[in-house]
Amino acid sequence: MNLTLNIWRQDGPNAQGRMVTYQLADVSEHMSFLEMLDVLNEQLVEKGEEPIAFDSDCREGICGMCGLMINGKAHGPEVTTTCQLHMRSFHDGDTITIEPWRATAFPVLRDLVVDRSAFDRIIQSGGFISVNTGAAPESHSVPVPKAKADRAFESAKCIGCGACVAACPNAAGMLFMGAKVTHLGELPQGQPERWARVVKMVSQHDHEGFGGCTNTGACADACPKEIPLDVINQLNKDLLAAMRVRG
Amino acid sequence: MATQTLLKGETTARRTTVFMKVLMASTGALFVFYVLMHMYGNLKIFAGAKAFDEYAEHLREMLVPILPYSGFLWLFRVLLVVALLVHAYAAFTLWSRANSARPQRYAVKSAAKGAARSKMMRWGGITLLTWLIFHLVQFTIAKVNFNGAFSAEALKIDGHASTGMLVVASFKLWWVVLIYLIALVALGMHLFHGVWSGAQTLGWTNSARSRKLAHTVAHLVAAVVVIGFAVPPLAILAGLVTGK
Repeated sequence: MNLTLNIWRQDGPNAQGRMVTYQLADVSEHMSFLEMLDVLNEQLVEKGEEPIAFDSDCREGICGMCGLMINGKAHGPEVTTTCQLHMRSFHDGDTITIEPWRATAFPVLRDLVVDRSAFDRIIQSGGFISVNTGAAPESHSVPVPKAKADRAFESAKCIGCGACVAACPNAAGMLFMGAKVTHLGELPQGQPERWARVVKMVSQHDHEGFGGCTNTGACADACPKEIPLDVINQLNKDLLAAMRVRG
Repeated sequence: MATQTLLKGETTARRTTVFMKVLMASTGALFVFYVLMHMYGNLKIFAGAKAFDEYAEHLREMLVPILPYSGFLWLFRVLLVVALLVHAYAAFTLWSRANSARPQRYAVKSAAKGAARSKMMRWGGITLLTWLIFHLVQFTIAKVNFNGAFSAEALKIDGHASTGMLVVASFKLWWVVLIYLIALVALGMHLFHGVWSGAQTLGWTNSARSRKLAHTVAHLVAAVVVIGFAVPPLAILAGLVTGK
């Protein structure tokens, strides 16, 4: 298939960016979206132009490194990561607009690459449990009810790609935080630090310049791991409980 | 701004955006209760302007003699004004935060329901606020009669100015009804998202069942309020209610 690509180009963090249009011919529908960009980059390099910078790592949908705004949708038209999106989701003659995640807390580094270390700092502020390291404890020594284990697992699927922030009309990171708060809050190991965790994480989130939640559900719709919206409810509930417990 | 730094020192839940949302949700819950009561009260117009006036009078006599005459009404008005200030303050703070959280817009506007709903709440809220000022001036503060067909004398019952008659006179004008219908559309949409969103913010929607219930209640409240408020003006315009 033949495609017209409008791609955001930006030389550096402080440079003025612009949309550049490229024509790409003979794209196979079996290519992944990133392979399509690889082909374009090869052509650019052959012509002596700068290739388009974009993030990728595992290319099997589990690391959370890739993430592009494709025609106004985070990770494109399918419920998956950008690397697992294939060109069969597009048609011959399509115009595809590719932009980086847009958020104050995710500044653009170059072209389509954004700095998502704000997420790391949110995790650093409270998204962990404190344990003495050493030999792994016997896994059955702490029983976990099945329903709680399932919900913790469902929330732990978050890969931190940032699609929730990108899709949110307020650029809020609530789904990301809610996933971590729910994941750890459902498990016995997460209880000692539970109330401090939610307050610290939300405070760091606000400090990073993310917006507030308006419960639109755009985040959950965009999430490639299908984290449900109710983790944000859990986050709100834990914050209210933290106010009662911590004062 | 992106910071590259970890927040130092004590953090408190009361300074987070989530707490702002809690303020918005709890004041919103008060308004939901209030509009339901107000809507119920309005239906008194079907019993005539006199019954409507008596209902308004009863509101002033509530909890007398524990409270002075009009005491409860004024306490409730103060509570509503304070709640409105808190609701609007939280809304504008979060709105401005959201704007600075994404200064560079996407070239392709996503058709996602998310963007539409946020716009609907914010601009719908401003529509409601503007209308509210008009509404209060019209029926509470100045009691303005826009309908020249009704003389000051015609608006009186037993020698006293009747709010019920003012209501009848006002809604005999098509454009007044139109203004109210537009405000009702804004109110309905605000309630439709607000009731659900409030339940989510207050942490009440943790199970599939409670989520479904919150959605159902939101639909129901929006429908009941809009229909309940729309019926009296439309009935007056159609000449079904004369106030006598």
